[in-house]
Amino acid sequence: MPKDGGIGASTKRREDVRFLTGTGHYTDDINLRGQAHVHFLRSDVAHGRLNKVDTSAAEGMPGVLRVFTGADFADLGGLPCGWQVTDRFGQPMQEPRHPVLAHGKVRHVGDPIAAVVAETREQARDAAEAIVLDIEELPAVVDMKAALEDGAPKVHDDLTSNLCYDWGFVEENTAAVDEAFEKAAHVTTLELVNNRLVANPMEPRVALGDYNRSTGEHTLYTTSQNPHVIRLLMGAFVLGIPEHKLRVVAPDVGGGFGSKIYHYAEEAFCTFAAKALNRPVKWTSSRSEAFISDAHGRDHVTKIELALDAENNFTAIRTETYANMGAYLSTFAPSIPTWLHGTLMAGNYKTPHIYVNVKAVFTNTVPVDAYRGAGRPEATFQLERVIDKAAHELGVDPIALRRQNFITEFPYATPVAVEYDTGDYHATMDKLEEIADLKGFAARRKESEAKGKLRGLGINCYIEACGIAPSNLVGQLGARAGLYESATVRVNATGGITVMTGSHSHGQGHETSFAQVISEMIGIDADQVEIVHGDTANTPMGMGTYGSRSLAVGGSAMVRATEKIINKARKIAAHLMEAAEGDIELKDGRFSVAGTDKSVAWGDVTLAAYVPHNYPLAELEPGLEETAFYDPANFTYPAGAYAAEVEVDPETGKVTIERFAAADDFGNVVNPMIVSGQVHGGIAQGVGQALLEGCVYDEQGQLLTGSYMDYAMPRADDLPFFTVDHSCQTPCTHNPLGVKGCGEAGAIGSPPAVVNAVVDALRSGGHDITHIDMPLSPSRVWQAMQG
Amino acid sequence: MPEVSMTVNGKPAKGQIEGRTLLVDFLRDTLGLTGTHVGCDTSQCGACVVHVDGRAVKACTMFAAEAEGAEVRTIEGMAEPDGTLHPIQQAFQDHHGLQCGFCTPGMVMSAAALLAENPTPSEAEIRDYLEGNICRCTGYHNIVKAILAASGQDVSRIAAE
Repeated sequence: MPKDGGIGASTKRREDVRFLTGTGHYTDDINLRGQAHVHFLRSDVAHGRLNKVDTSAAEGMPGVLRVFTGADFADLGGLPCGWQVTDRFGQPMQEPRHPVLAHGKVRHVGDPIAAVVAETREQARDAAEAIVLDIEELPAVVDMKAALEDGAPKVHDDLTSNLCYDWGFVEENTAAVDEAFEKAAHVTTLELVNNRLVANPMEPRVALGDYNRSTGEHTLYTTSQNPHVIRLLMGAFVLGIPEHKLRVVAPDVGGGFGSKIYHYAEEAFCTFAAKALNRPVKWTSSRSEAFISDAHGRDHVTKIELALDAENNFTAIRTETYANMGAYLSTFAPSIPTWLHGTLMAGNYKTPHIYVNVKAVFTNTVPVDAYRGAGRPEATFQLERVIDKAAHELGVDPIALRRQNFITEFPYATPVAVEYDTGDYHATMDKLEEIADLKGFAARRKESEAKGKLRGLGINCYIEACGIAPSNLVGQLGARAGLYESATVRVNATGGITVMTGSHSHGQGHETSFAQVISEMIGIDADQVEIVHGDTANTPMGMGTYGSRSLAVGGSAMVRATEKIINKARKIAAHLMEAAEGDIELKDGRFSVAGTDKSVAWGDVTLAAYVPHNYPLAELEPGLEETAFYDPANFTYPAGAYAAEVEVDPETGKVTIERFAAADDFGNVVNPMIVSGQVHGGIAQGVGQALLEGCVYDEQGQLLTGSYMDYAMPRADDLPFFTVDHSCQTPCTHNPLGVKGCGEAGAIGSPPAVVNAVVDALRSGGHDITHIDMPLSPSRVWQAMQG
Repeated sequence: MPEVSMTVNGKPAKGQIEGRTLLVDFLRDTLGLTGTHVGCDTSQCGACVVHVDGRAVKACTMFAAEAEGAEVRTIEGMAEPDGTLHPIQQAFQDHHGLQCGFCTPGMVMSAAALLAENPTPSEAEIRDYLEGNICRCTGYHNIVKAILAASGQDVSRIAAE
């Protein structure tokens, strides 16, 4: 074992020191000489016709360099959508233009109308107030079902309706599903809402555009999870800048949770304006702007039906979901309610017949896209809630009902197109029963009741598809991008290693965990390995970080490149020791000849590669640097079982999380400390969704929860310590590390556990309640108790 | 424009400001101390917490002019001059009390103010004190654990890493 720990060690994070000492390098910390500042004037109405944007007064304000409007971008591309969904009739989705600055109409509160560039941020903001708008306000559509009614106001005049697509999956399953429902001994139905959320990474978005007139090179510094994706989308589809003249840098990024995947208007604007003004142009989002310009998450309304036979085996699932797209299609929005949701409706259970229908709807709200979990939390929530309801209706134990229906043989092909490679759902449930001390629940409930509180236990299971994604498969499903990952492993002459990865770390600790993998493979200390990411100028084309893909896909690319390095180094070592290549062994950073005492150190071999005096130059190039692109053969399927224990105050309806336990199977684990931290954070976001968070629009499309004063973020005193375990490990069968991904599990597995627990608590108090929609605020719980 | 002068991390600091310049903008833009972050505009998130005359203050909610003559300490002033981390910083690293790092400066400064007031706080007291500091990454588990550890309390019984 290398001294700093290889795979499996809870190595402390090397990136922490800069973050702890205030020397991190976030985008807003970058200031370029001659930099100007932009302030966006945003629509304060949800829907309106832009009759006139009078910028004349603003242009004369102190410090103003120029005021841009939608007309300046009318001849450029719109913000592209990266996924085309085909509807159940074989037709492509309706795909409206998404202009950089609104032109003709505004379609949601926050839609940018004009951009004022001035010498200082304050001057830009002051001048924006002098812009005179003539907006003819139009009726807004906010509710999805109302948006689909005949005669509803259209968000986009040039589309036939507000329906983006009506998707059926798998359409050929419908007859078998209907037949199963007809034959069912019991059918449980549940209608529920998956509440709209705002991702809220603590670092607001920032974009800083720069242009070098002498070379024609653009640079964009931006808060992105995937700088290469931004370079491709913005360069090729919006501004027409070839990739070799466009560098995108995403330095330290303060959290993303999905919301920093997408290409946003402000990035294109700052890049465009930097050239137009020949000045660097910077935008720093305020939190209030973030609420009305960052893509939101979730926002599904679903009816789910579960059919069971007389022995309580699940025989069919049928769902109908309305999914809010908001006013425009964000980068990956169409894929979330479809391919990342419908394909997970089997959950952990061997249900033979499944049909999923999703209607995606345009409304006058902020665009909705992936947020931590992205489709999979929505699938898990409805499935695990309806199973709990079925258990209650049938009078059976919810754990026993789940266990009875678990998939136990792998690989398992679901009726919704995916094939789970490995898993052991009984093992994670066994582990959960142990770490959550379920045997002690009855006693704890008595204690709560003695204090006048109701106590509930909520259990659920989850499965997710991570390690996104096999390019050929997603291409068939409508993706307009490949989803491989890349790595270049550069071995330096004296043996140190620099890895350039296409993955991006914005809290996940790749600089530590990726180095652990290399350390393990070569047998050198992890501090000899540096991980570089986030700059298209020095990393190979990569697709970035989301969908719990970094280690499973990006780590695999790094392993493949390192294998190439080791193979070449072995040849060099064989030459140096005048031995056959097949006899060379690598252990603890030394190459040795099997069965002899001959060996050379790693550094001797790397030096020979760069100082090739004694070197097989006829057969082998000098140098030691390799690149690999890794395209996964399948998704990975992390799974687990979660338990929430809550107390409800019957006087106020307030819910407190008393205990929370998570038993996850992530396959192999590289750094258990980091993995636990990922689960903690996911649980907090899931508990936030279940109890606190919810985006509220009024009927006019005004966002009522537009700041931290109104949108309830989980705080330290809303949460307990968590008990998490990832010792159940069924390694992924198709990637070289056997890893599955851990970033989203907590956010997927926790909301149904919490809601199941609250419903259980209320029932224990004699309240005949089957469901309460999230967030389970005190007022909602109290009202439910009043019947 | 008026000039403001104060002591920041033990060194004299001054600069020209507008009357409306916030302390956080003075620290970040004028002094280049970018460790103090801005995460919201409603004084909720606490990413900007610094110490002013020994008290924890949200630097987004105080004008730079109000800090005239004050002793200001920021995250950059917490470690020893040789780079040795402050015990709270070290505890955050030891217990994985940070992920993306954006809220971390404010968390550390708040934790330092708490421990100055209450050297051995309970878990509940820590959670209550952190009401004004939002973290989106950690679920607070390891932040609370790190602060308990920094105060010299045994954290070995708290579950998981």
